[in-house]
Amino acid sequence: MASVTVVPGQPVASGSATGEALAADAPLSFWGGFDPETGVIIDRRHPLVGQLASGRVLVIPSGRGSCSGSGVLLESIHNGTAPAAIITSHLDPVISLGCILGDELYATHPPLVVIADQDRLGIESGDMIEIDNRGMITITKR
Amino acid sequence: MLDGSQGPAVQLAMRILARMAPLYGASSLLPVTRAHIDGVILTGSAGLAFAERLADLGGQVAVPTSLNVMSMDRQRWRDLNLDAVYAERAYRLGQAYLRMGARATFTCAPYQTEHAPVFGEQIAWSESNAVAFANSVIGARTNRYGDYLDICCALTGRAPAAGFHLDEPRLATVVVQLRSIPPELPLRDDFYPVLGYLLGSIVSDEIAVVTGLECQPTEDQLKALAAAAASSGEVAMFHIAGVTPEAQTLARALGNRPARRAVTVSMVELRQARQALTTAMGTRLDVVAFGSPHCSLSECRTLAKLMSGCQASSLVEVFITTSRAVRDLLARSGELAVLEAFGARVTADTCIVVAPLVKPNAEVLMTNSAKYAHYGPGLLGVDSVFATTEECVASAIAGHVVRAEGPWLA
Repeated sequence: MASVTVVPGQPVASGSATGEALAADAPLSFWGGFDPETGVIIDRRHPLVGQLASGRVLVIPSGRGSCSGSGVLLESIHNGTAPAAIITSHLDPVISLGCILGDELYATHPPLVVIADQDRLGIESGDMIEIDNRGMITITKR
Repeated sequence: MLDGSQGPAVQLAMRILARMAPLYGASSLLPVTRAHIDGVILTGSAGLAFAERLADLGGQVAVPTSLNVMSMDRQRWRDLNLDAVYAERAYRLGQAYLRMGARATFTCAPYQTEHAPVFGEQIAWSESNAVAFANSVIGARTNRYGDYLDICCALTGRAPAAGFHLDEPRLATVVVQLRSIPPELPLRDDFYPVLGYLLGSIVSDEIAVVTGLECQPTEDQLKALAAAAASSGEVAMFHIAGVTPEAQTLARALGNRPARRAVTVSMVELRQARQALTTAMGTRLDVVAFGSPHCSLSECRTLAKLMSGCQASSLVEVFITTSRAVRDLLARSGELAVLEAFGARVTADTCIVVAPLVKPNAEVLMTNSAKYAHYGPGLLGVDSVFATTEECVASAIAGHVVRAEGPWLA
């Protein structure tokens, strides 16, 4: 039986998206940690290293490190390799900026939603995630 | 500006800034008098398209704006074996920012140029080392404005009224006490990158005040400390009691509040930080690099004295990365010829981690810079050796790593 949970989030860059969760309880720096050509996570110290983030809903506590991360996220939006959506539990200016730049320049961006820490920890890789315009997140466990 | 009355480039920049300001916790914007742009490093097509779009829309910076390192040496890229397609894109990116009225500084040490801000000045800077230096050593006020908020601030002359622009967030919350450090150690150049690297790992994004430093470091030493702290942690602001301008006293740095925590630093922690900067084993050596942040004139002169009359081993590539302004001065003084006779490549506008200068088959990089030592393994795929300036020069001559423990053993 699939179990379904709905949690409210704060949409930082609003939009709707559906995808499989790719989740880890470790912050990620997009600069040096994510390859905008391939959409793969490349930070050797991150638990999701080697995983494809494109088209999936990336669930992490926050960003980390270099403020060039927004540029990397923008490149991936341009290349079509960005995650389908990003869920964090801390408001991260670098990730927010990448999404806002995508919206302003290409009229497309991964929706970015901030949720409570305990709600984020309830999401596991492989869960199906649905995000709506108001930041409501529907999590379907398989 | 949002209504387009100042043109479409300013309108777009202001729209992005207005959406970002609340995310920094700002309810308003404040005027800035200076900007420094990191977006001139080539990341990919989108960054290039954004800069060219703003320039094509007629965007002009509203305040004096310096440019960070770019991804090529604009005068000498052909000598550096750069791919022509890559060089063309890197060049176009630089040109787009110049068309918007930014100055051709192309340096990561803008605080050592005529574009240095003054104490208390509100600025919008990017480049982690420059932000840390401006806030901490000069007492200017900026947050870290990354790709591509920096140009939005430059075009509008505004920044979010939050963070390090305000008084309270600049106050120290952590005291870092140096204890039982041999007095000769802080007189050496290699002490400051190590202390900075340790500081970044202790505090990350908290504000530290360092106590117990019994000497007055030079500007270049503080530059090395700031760059190292901004590499190992997200340090955008720190204080050194009795040294930096907002820390005449410990109490002043803390804003007369008690510290949230205190950390004692002894030789044990410093030795660990120094070791973390060296990942190579053995004595193999391929590359020796100086200049992250860009070497000042004074640092280049020190190198010219050490290199004068000597020659680097044919096994070792030597890079000195600096600004165009400094290289021009060295050319006039004759010191550039001395450095080149040694076998050093003196590059301007760029550096080894933002342009493909180092040969792909290089395995070991030796440097006096904590920033090069930190980023080398990840960005260049090399192992690093951190050492003094003198040891780096001696190793370049010998063709293998020559390094002593000296007072670090104490």
